[in-house]
Formats: sequence, C-alpha cells, structure tokens
Amino acid sequence: MNSASAAAAAGHGRLAKMNLFRPWAWRRSAGAAPYLLLAPALLVLAAVLLYPMASLVALSFQHYGLRQLIAHSGDYVGLDNYTAVLRDGFFWKVVARTAAFAAANVALTMFLGTLLALLLERVHRPVRVLLTAGLVLVWATPVVVAVDLWQWMFDFEFGVINWLLTHLGFGNYIHHNWFAHPLQGFAVITVVVVWGALPFVVITLSAGLAQVPRDMIEAAEVDGANPLHVFWYVVAPVLRPVFIILATLSTIWDFKVFDQVWVMLNQRPGADYFLLGIYSFSESFRVTQYGLGSALAVLLVLILVVVTSGYVRHYMGQLGEESK
Amino acid sequence: MSPRAWRRLGWDGIALAVLALMVFPIYWMLATAFKPGREILSLTPVWVPLHPTLDNFATAIAVPFFWNDVVNSVLIVTATVVLSVGLAFLAALAVARFRFRGRAAVLAMLIGIQMVPLSALVIPIFLFYDSLQLTDTLLAVVLTYLAFVLPFMTWTLRGFIVNVPVELEEQAMTDGCSRTGAFLRIVFPLVAPALVATSVFAFIQAWNEYLVAYVLLRSGAHQTLTVWLASFTTSHGTDWGGLMAGATLTALPVVIFFLVLQRHITTGLTAGAVKG
Repeated sequence: MNSASAAAAAGHGRLAKMNLFRPWAWRRSAGAAPYLLLAPALLVLAAVLLYPMASLVALSFQHYGLRQLIAHSGDYVGLDNYTAVLRDGFFWKVVARTAAFAAANVALTMFLGTLLALLLERVHRPVRVLLTAGLVLVWATPVVVAVDLWQWMFDFEFGVINWLLTHLGFGNYIHHNWFAHPLQGFAVITVVVVWGALPFVVITLSAGLAQVPRDMIEAAEVDGANPLHVFWYVVAPVLRPVFIILATLSTIWDFKVFDQVWVMLNQRPGADYFLLGIYSFSESFRVTQYGLGSALAVLLVLILVVVTSGYVRHYMGQLGEESK
Repeated sequence: MSPRAWRRLGWDGIALAVLALMVFPIYWMLATAFKPGREILSLTPVWVPLHPTLDNFATAIAVPFFWNDVVNSVLIVTATVVLSVGLAFLAALAVARFRFRGRAAVLAMLIGIQMVPLSALVIPIFLFYDSLQLTDTLLAVVLTYLAFVLPFMTWTLRGFIVNVPVELEEQAMTDGCSRTGAFLRIVFPLVAPALVATSVFAFIQAWNEYLVAYVLLRSGAHQTLTVWLASFTTSHGTDWGGLMAGATLTALPVVIFFLVLQRHITTGLTAGAVKG
C-alpha cells in the first residue's frame, strides 16, 4: 500500500509529461495512472480483508477470551491453540465430516448439473426456455429464504415431504423428525445446498456445451458412435476447462457451508452438526474463545488451499502467459 | 413420427418433470403464504390455497423492525452497488489496460482472496470494528460487503475490458480524443452490459448476505431483512404462514431484479467464467 501511494505521489509529474500522441507508449510506461485507478479498491481490500486476514493469523497465536475482548488485546501463547486443536479427537472428526459433506455435495451437484445441462440441449425450445426460467428463479432465491422454505417442507408435523413419502409408499414418515439423526439432517442440508447450487452449474455448463461444434457431434454419430461415446470423446474434452472451474468453485463453496446449517438448526446446531466453519464460529462467538476459533479458521483456510491448489496453479500459469 | 421425434418428446417430458421438482419448493412457499392457518396446519396437504388471504403478510409486516430492516437493507445494498461498481471498474481498467510493477501480484490476490471463507474472517472483522466501536453501524457492513464483492467484480470486468481491442482506443486518440475521453466514449459503452451484470451480482450478494449482518448488527432496528427473517424462526413454535410470507417479501426484490436482467447476468457472468 505504502509503495503504491509513494509511487502515486512521485508519478504525478510523469503523468503530465506523457506523450498523448503516442498512446502505445503509455501502455508500457504507465507511471502513476494504474496505481491511482487501483488505489480506492486496494484501500478497501486492505482495510477489510487483508488486515483482518493478518489479524486472524495473529489471533490464532493468542489467548483471546472475554477479558481480552474488553481490553481489546490478546495474550500471546505461541502454538498452544494449534496443539490444543490438533490433539483433540473431536477436531479430526469435524474435519472428516466436513470433507465427506463437501465431497458428497460437489459430486451430486456436478453429476446432476451435467445431466441437466445435457437434457437442456435435447428439448424443444419452449421447454428449454421454461426450464431455464425455473432455474433462474431458484438461483435468485436468497439462501436464508431457501433454508426456511425447505425447513417448512421437512417439518416433522405438517411438512409436505413426510406426507408425500408416506403416501408414495416409502414407509411411515408421519411425525418423522429428520434432524434427530445427524446423517438424515445432513441429507436435508445436502438437498438445500445442491438445489441452490444447480442453477449456476447447469447454466454455465450449457454455455460451455454451446461451444461444442454441432457438426463434430453429427460426424461422430454418422460414424456410429453411441451417445455415451459422443459425450466422452467429443463433448467432454471441450467441456473440461469449464467443468474444472465449476468443480473447484463448488468445492470452495461446499467446504465453507455455513448459513444452511446455522439457519436450518435455528442458530443452535449441536456438536453433531459441526462443520469446520460452524465449529470455528461457535468456538469464537458462543464459547468466547476467539484465539481457538481463529486457529480453527486458519486450519480451514489451509485445507482449502491444499484442496484447490491444482486450480490455483492452473490459473497462475495462465496469468504468467498473459503478462508476457 | 420418427423415433427421433418421439425421443425428443420424451426428453421434453423429463425436463418438465425436473422443472416441477425444482420450482415446487418456491410454489409451496407462495401457496403457504396465501393460506389461512387451518389450511397450513393440516395433516393432509392442501395443494392450492382454497381461501386465499393476506393475513400472513399482515402478520409478517407487523413483526417488530420489519420496516426498519427494509430501509437498512435498501441503504446497504444501494451503497454497496454504487461504490463497488465504481471502484471495480477503475481497478479493472488498471489491470486490463496497463503494464505495471505489482500487476501480477494484484491479479493473484484477486483470485486468492475469494478462497478465504467468510465464516473465518468474520472473527477478526468483528474484533476490528468492535475496537473502532463501529459494530451495529451500516457503514461497517457496507465496507465489508465492498471488500467481498470487489475481487470477483474486478476480475469479471477485467475479462471484458481485455476483449475490447486497444486499437479502438488508439484510433480515437489519434482522432483527437483525450485518454479519459477514449475510455469514456469507447471502453465504457462496450463494457456496459458487464457493468450491469456485475452490479446485479453485487446487489444479490449484499441483499442475501446473512452472516456478516448477523454478527455485526446486534440490535433489531439496525438489522437487515435476512437476519430479521432468521430471528423469526427461533420463536417457540414457528408461525409457518408468517414466516413464508416474510420469506416471500425478502426474496421478492432479488427475484424481480434477477428475472428482469436474466439475459445480462447469464451471458455476462458465464462469459467471464467460460473464458478461463
């Protein structure tokens, strides 16, 4: 930040001297202009993201309870928070649960999303427009609203799902409480997450599908390829980059799922429902152990970085090529 | 009909079934919102409101702080959208049109920052504002939302500006346009659709956000609609009719915005996404 503003101050004279009749020249030696353009955005990012990120790391090395909250300063305890967390069997249970939950949600989202995108290609235009409009409607529904309406549908007493399951012959679900058993509770949360995530995935994948040359598909069909072969050898390679981006974004989103669990369980999720984000939040704001909570948050970020490193490297490679 | 045409009709049927499945929850929310109590609390579902009523909406609006929180949501969203589009456009111009020291670092930061989960950052953000005594203020929320939408918006706008040929600007400048003039007359109109798409993105993010508002805005009169809605649920024995009416009201502005600008959003955002 400092170097940017220093450069901004020093470069002001240069800006005036630039030869405006040789515009290709200013693109190379731009002087202060790019820094001036970036400054407002970077200032906000630095204050509200970068500084908190640094203090998150700092906090994770501190004991920060109620007394420290009042005094606005924590007590340095070195790696104590991390050793406490990493030695705790419960932490590893939550990590495993978070990973399993994210994996299940990403797999379901991508699988169903691909099926729906392929389906969209095969229907008549009016049907396609209708289905797309429906997807957009779902996409536009705020997460908190979505959670509330699914909560109502899965209500143990008057919920329409219990009635439907019972009357469609899936067993007796009258007064069945879905949240009494965490696995079933997470199944409901998965429904909410996947339902909300599908529209973006389907619409983006169909934009990708539109780039597959039609004549290539037809040529393959003429040569006797079955639909599965066409998908695997013609469509999938074109779709691959989009697919990777979507899977990575879904992984990031599903690892840090928070609102769905928190609101679904009426802001009081029990320990059986802790995912890493919820655990870190509860440890901070419920138990008032901000240091421990921050250590958990840092670990969550580290896990995300490791899980998505392939995607990041791919992007960095692209950036490198671009700036040549 | 040929077997091919029959198959296509089959796909149509499946697609309509999927559509019904996807939008049923939204239909059910609306239907419940317009039903009188005895049709809601019925052991056999009443599929359409037989005696439609606006009672639930009246109840929802009468819940404390509804109008306060509507005003708060509108203020926060407006400030976030206006400021973020302006800042993101300037920043995108910088990274798309200039070569400068630190450019790669800025680009890397824009991507990297999106990976940090909100539920992790909310701890230091809360402590930061708490030490400045800014919790429970709309300013704190707007600043936080700005920081969370800026990276994605800058990234998307950059993609669009890169696609505007520099030659167009250079041509305008040799024809006597100033640099700022070239930006305003050439780049700005060409990326206008992207500006619409990204501002809708900011609108939706800010309107729908829950966690930051929940943590930072502690008093009922200072909250936003999503927090107001969630506090509804905790009351002993949920009033489903009122909740569904409140949920409908909360979702309405976003849905309208989204449907009106659908084409811009889907083409705008996916063009950026597919390009990578």
